[in-house]
Amino acid sequence: MTDTSNTPDRVGSDEGYDQDAYARDVSTAVRLDDGDHVGDGGLPERFPNPGMPHHQPRMADLNEEAAKRAERQVGTLFGLSVVGTLGFLVAYFAVPVSSTMFFPGLGMVSTSNFLLGLCLGISLLGIGAGAVHWAKTLMPDEEVVEERHLMRSADEDRARFGEIINEGDQSSQLTRRPIIKYTFGAAMGLFALPLVVLVVGSLGPLNRPWKRLEHTFWDGKEGEDGTREFVRLRLMRDPQNTPIRPEDVTIGSAYHIQPEGLLELEHHLLEEKAKASVLMMRLDPADFQDTEAGNQARDWGYEGIVAYSKICTHVGCPVGLYEQHTHHLLCPCHQSTFDVTDGCKVIFGPARRPLPQLKITVDDQGYLVAEQPFMEPVGPSYWERERR
Amino acid sequence: MNALAARRRHPVAIALLLMLALVVTGGLYAVLAPKPAAAAAVTADQVAEGKALFRANCASCHGLNAEGSETDATGELAAFGPSLVGAGAAAVHFQMETGRMPMANPGVQAPRVDKVKFSETDIESIAAYIASLGPGPARPDEEWLDWEGQGDAGRGGTIYRSNCAMCHSSAAAGGALTRGKYAPTLEGVEPVHIYEAMLTGPQNMPVFNDANLTPEDKRDVIAYIKQMHASGNPGGMNLGNFGPASEAMFIWIFGLGIMIGAAVWLGQKGA
Repeated sequence: MTDTSNTPDRVGSDEGYDQDAYARDVSTAVRLDDGDHVGDGGLPERFPNPGMPHHQPRMADLNEEAAKRAERQVGTLFGLSVVGTLGFLVAYFAVPVSSTMFFPGLGMVSTSNFLLGLCLGISLLGIGAGAVHWAKTLMPDEEVVEERHLMRSADEDRARFGEIINEGDQSSQLTRRPIIKYTFGAAMGLFALPLVVLVVGSLGPLNRPWKRLEHTFWDGKEGEDGTREFVRLRLMRDPQNTPIRPEDVTIGSAYHIQPEGLLELEHHLLEEKAKASVLMMRLDPADFQDTEAGNQARDWGYEGIVAYSKICTHVGCPVGLYEQHTHHLLCPCHQSTFDVTDGCKVIFGPARRPLPQLKITVDDQGYLVAEQPFMEPVGPSYWERERR
Repeated sequence: MNALAARRRHPVAIALLLMLALVVTGGLYAVLAPKPAAAAAVTADQVAEGKALFRANCASCHGLNAEGSETDATGELAAFGPSLVGAGAAAVHFQMETGRMPMANPGVQAPRVDKVKFSETDIESIAAYIASLGPGPARPDEEWLDWEGQGDAGRGGTIYRSNCAMCHSSAAAGGALTRGKYAPTLEGVEPVHIYEAMLTGPQNMPVFNDANLTPEDKRDVIAYIKQMHASGNPGGMNLGNFGPASEAMFIWIFGLGIMIGAAVWLGQKGA
């Protein structure tokens, strides 16, 4: 089977378009770089296809000296790559990891990292630049059009393929032995299931996965029957893990809080921390705004001490940047700003809900405790948030 | 012993016991109660001199008697000077020794100025005057600044990451706050100024008093900051240590720029 369309068709040479028509049109066409022209106002009936521009031979195509020079340049680039690779090996074994050096413009750098990166860079760049230079100076640069051959196979190839399949079917007796046919099908089909189960199973508990987002350590331990018994946990300094008296929290103070017992967890410490972290600060009670949210914030606090979830309601970054005079709480990730005097209302940024407040009071020994857990899920929204 | 036991019901015994209890309590209080370190050194002359200096240099914002001036509704603009009653010597020392006070002009935040315009004795006098107005945090004892000898940088690191890193960044390079305010870098800051900043909460920084972070905690935090900066930055160009924002900016401009340049070069004809 031969197909004439498979042979490359040169364009850019004299074939491929109507040379006479081109010459005729070019003689009347107005060149754009040709200064002032007074046209006759007419348009040609149809613009001709200008085709490919004429092929310009390169220096290395015409001059053997230039070709030799290009060859040397490519060789130099590849040689540079070899030097880079060898340099990498030398640097890897010879330079101690802990040594540092000063490099202008970069400052103090690790000598080992710097040399490894530099040598590997030279090694790869040498190969790449050499290959590109080779292609640009010496490899053929004439544009060619290679027509796509027919996608359909030849009829005899197709017939032969059918025969081979039939032969295989006959010799393996697949169609004649239905037990093998169906069990083999089932085995191959079910084989993928463990992989699917592994992937899906690691996404979280199958039974109402959002339940884990609803509760924090402040809700108390989960019992056998899935309910949680609330106890008034003390507010503990993070990381010192010591309880706090209200008189320690002077106006303008900010305390970073974990619930009592959380920092002693041996398992899931970070998961619990990521939900239960609290920021506590004290304001002059007169600083709270006389709004519904502001009054509730003051009531849920203790003599001006208020405690809020540190988990941003946008995407859950820790909102820790408290400004003691403006009473702004800023999230460092996307600049959501909460006004502590107004129940942590969002006053700037992408967050849409105020930070949940933890209602606090004092226990009989004079330490600050949570009077109730968070009354709404902390952190960012999820689909089932309103469903509880 | 018998004589003492026999007289234990004597009417004078109860009075003697009360006296003893009072003396012990008072003595213990005198020994254990926190006292301003500078208190002993302050003289009436110093206070008077401090008052004169205060009236000449600070009173336009803070009021003639350091009672403060009214703020506008947002608390951010205008010649707002807070009351300094109870600010303490540590606050004066921090603000003036770092050149933040007196502020050149009103603004959302007093920037650090390296050229301090007041002598040490002037600052001590003003601190003595402010400390005389009401009890406030005093300057720390040398013991708590000895981070090289007694500081625990590892412990300080855990405290720093919980309490300080959100504003000053994990590399202590500082960061942006709301509406033009910022947390300054901690590199090159004197240990005593780091300590006093935690103690007094200058400007919008929250207060970390001795009940929140004990003097030992503060010393450990200083040790962590100092050792972190002393250990250098082997990563080369730190781009301000501002994290992903400046790094992404760099790679978008230079990384993509180089790649676009390379693509243009590759696409050019050889001839």
